[in-house]
Amino acid sequence: MTNKVDYNNIPKELFEPVERGERITDKKFEDKPIGYFKDAWLRFRRNKGSIVAAIIILLIVLYSIVIPLANTRYDETFMDVYYAKKPPRNFALMNVGIANGQTARTFEEKGLIKFIGIGIGAADTEGTGGISVSEGLGNYYQPIRSIKDSWEISEIKGAKPKVMYNASIDNYLEVGFLYTSLKQDEYQKIVDWQNETGLQVLYPLVEDNQWNVDINDANYWYKSNKGTPITTDEWGDLDKTLKYSEDMVLEDNYKRDADGNPIYYEYTGGGNAQTAQYRVRILYYNYYRYLNGFEPEYLLGTDSQGYDMSLRLAGGIRLSLILSLSVCAINFVIGAIYGAVEGYYGGAVDLTLERISDILSGVPFVVVATLFQMHLAQKVGPIPSLLFAFVLTGWIGMASRVRTQFYRFKGQEYVIAARTLGAKDRRIIWKHIFPNSLGTIITGSVLAIPGVIGSESMLSYLGIVKLGSATTTSLGTLLSDAASIWTSYPHLLLFPALILSLLMICFNLFGNGLRDAFNPSLRGVEE
Amino acid sequence: MGKYVLKRLALMVFTLFVIVTICFMLIRMLPRDIPIDKNKAEIVLARWDALGYNEPLLVQYGIYLKNIFTAFDFGSSWQIQYSEPALTVLTSRLLPTVLVNVYSLLFAIPVGIGLGIFAAIKKNKWQDQVISTGVMIAVSVPSYVYAFLLQYFIYLKLGWLPLIVSSLADAGNSWFSWTMLRSMIMPVLALSFGTIAGLTRFTRAELTETLTSDYMLLARTKGLTRAQATTKHALRNAMVPILPMLIGEFVGVLGGSMIIEQIFSIPGVGRLYMQSIQQLDYDVFMMDTVFYTFIGLLAGILVDISYGFIDPRIRMGQKK
Repeated sequence: MTNKVDYNNIPKELFEPVERGERITDKKFEDKPIGYFKDAWLRFRRNKGSIVAAIIILLIVLYSIVIPLANTRYDETFMDVYYAKKPPRNFALMNVGIANGQTARTFEEKGLIKFIGIGIGAADTEGTGGISVSEGLGNYYQPIRSIKDSWEISEIKGAKPKVMYNASIDNYLEVGFLYTSLKQDEYQKIVDWQNETGLQVLYPLVEDNQWNVDINDANYWYKSNKGTPITTDEWGDLDKTLKYSEDMVLEDNYKRDADGNPIYYEYTGGGNAQTAQYRVRILYYNYYRYLNGFEPEYLLGTDSQGYDMSLRLAGGIRLSLILSLSVCAINFVIGAIYGAVEGYYGGAVDLTLERISDILSGVPFVVVATLFQMHLAQKVGPIPSLLFAFVLTGWIGMASRVRTQFYRFKGQEYVIAARTLGAKDRRIIWKHIFPNSLGTIITGSVLAIPGVIGSESMLSYLGIVKLGSATTTSLGTLLSDAASIWTSYPHLLLFPALILSLLMICFNLFGNGLRDAFNPSLRGVEE
Repeated sequence: MGKYVLKRLALMVFTLFVIVTICFMLIRMLPRDIPIDKNKAEIVLARWDALGYNEPLLVQYGIYLKNIFTAFDFGSSWQIQYSEPALTVLTSRLLPTVLVNVYSLLFAIPVGIGLGIFAAIKKNKWQDQVISTGVMIAVSVPSYVYAFLLQYFIYLKLGWLPLIVSSLADAGNSWFSWTMLRSMIMPVLALSFGTIAGLTRFTRAELTETLTSDYMLLARTKGLTRAQATTKHALRNAMVPILPMLIGEFVGVLGGSMIIEQIFSIPGVGRLYMQSIQQLDYDVFMMDTVFYTFIGLLAGILVDISYGFIDPRIRMGQKK
């Protein structure tokens, strides 16, 4: 062992550098570190369904904000009783054949003539009569826009067969003429407006005689025998009944003065010649234009009371979203604190708090909502009391979720390490454990949103919570208003139901996407 | 096990007691409507006085509890069915609710589980995608939207079924006559969609998990066919969490669905609740509240206990 190297004194020459010139250091990572939330975002982005859902939610939110702003003509309190339950009508969309305010209907001959009569009567601005059906059909105020086909049916054997018509009718022009009372200066204003614009509002009054089938219906301006149009001879007796044809000319039944000029107003009510009101016959379509300065045009039609459906919907969406977001935010805070205390301290504290939440969760939600409405609605209003009802039991799910997370994390080494280093309870709870459970909690909150929206619309649909007023409405109220009449007016139900379903589906999809994204164990696994 | 059940039951009674107390106080504090008819008003006021409705709240509550324990008397209806015991008013409406809901479950359970199994076997194929998308939509859309859709297409467009459930008199005084059954089809369907969707999703999730587990691999290695292994091993294990859920559903049946009963005018418990609020019939409202609370608590307990019975691996109330 003579050539044994003396390790304590290795000669300097034996050393040689591994590399020259270059200093060896730890290499910096070239890509950025991916944190928890970044990772979640990356995985959320890959979920196409959730992205689409998020975009749809955004669009619905935008709709609820933009529509009321875009409508400069009127606000959401604007209503018109005569134009209630009307289908969509929009002049821009009319050209492409949708939203034209028309519906297809089947008419008997009498009914068809009555509606065609509106257009003919409206064309006869001077009250001279003599306008034929074919001329009247092209009139701007003609409710019957097109007649598709006709056929004969005989209901009773031996009786004359009835002729039925399929026609398309404009629901706004259908209102036609109305009787109303006006103050004298109002009357003068309308006359001035008529001269200025050339649009006729005031039409001749109708004689109250045997040829007038219904004196309260201003649309029977022509002579008829129980609704069937007739002509009379020079003594005013029945000459012949008219059948529907292109050349038919309805004989007017206007009130006329001694010179044969039609009368446009008569005194009504009390007062003297200067103060008494005028009873007049108006063409409602033009009266609406006189009152508002524009033609009736509702993108989504009107609701059952005559409010603009698009604005009502926007209001309902806003209410649903604001309510559900505030409920979720409040539940988030209460649930997080409650669950954190339960989970962190455990033992007797946990047991006591769990009993309390057990009891609260045992109360059926609908009973809570009802009791809150009965006790609080008159004091603080229906919406705050609904909010209280949601909050009273809503946080329990959140609390139990947080509690589970705390049980999971509180025994981990880093928590023990923090405690050993002297961290206080509060610091451990909020700095060390809570951020770890944040993902689950956020997901839970988002997934609770569709639940709140659904419950709110259910309660307002059932009428347990009454949210319908001039300024506020909810999707559920719109649905319940439509519930008994929707078979005749499907659009009343279609739009709110569509929006509600879309909201629920999209929030669920969005929430599911978040849940999957925040759950690291689901990395690379579907569902 | 027995001890655990007893403990849960005792806890349930306590919870029920607390909830009933709170609800009783809140309901009795509300102002009562006196009938417009003078003679009736006098009688009603006299009866309220005799029943102790004018005593302090705590005394009233004592009387209420005493009546329940001694005579099983939950008060009586003052508006809906004048002077009938509230319990009778409730039980008389139980049958239609239970019928509609049981029919819907009987329809939904096989369909839901079947679809779930199908989706799990065809996992990630187009069949699964279609079913999962359908489930996503069906779970989210509220049941009354289905009700309207059904009414629109089946009643209005096709005219196959009546719009609402027939009254008892129209159906020949029987809940089981053909007319009645036929008119119940639409509400049953409307109720089913949500249940089917939920069950499908749950079954699919459970079955995909068991299908990929180790004992399935073992079963296949032993030489069982895929069908054998799936039915004998995977499906049985997947049923463990599904069965308790079904038990919960069956108890929940008693509560019914207010909105479906309203839309199809089914004279059931849910509509009774609505009526009792609208007509301010507080004793019936109280009865309904007690009933709903009881059903909810009972369902929870049954679900928990049934886990222990169905799955021998789970020991209820076991200490850590």
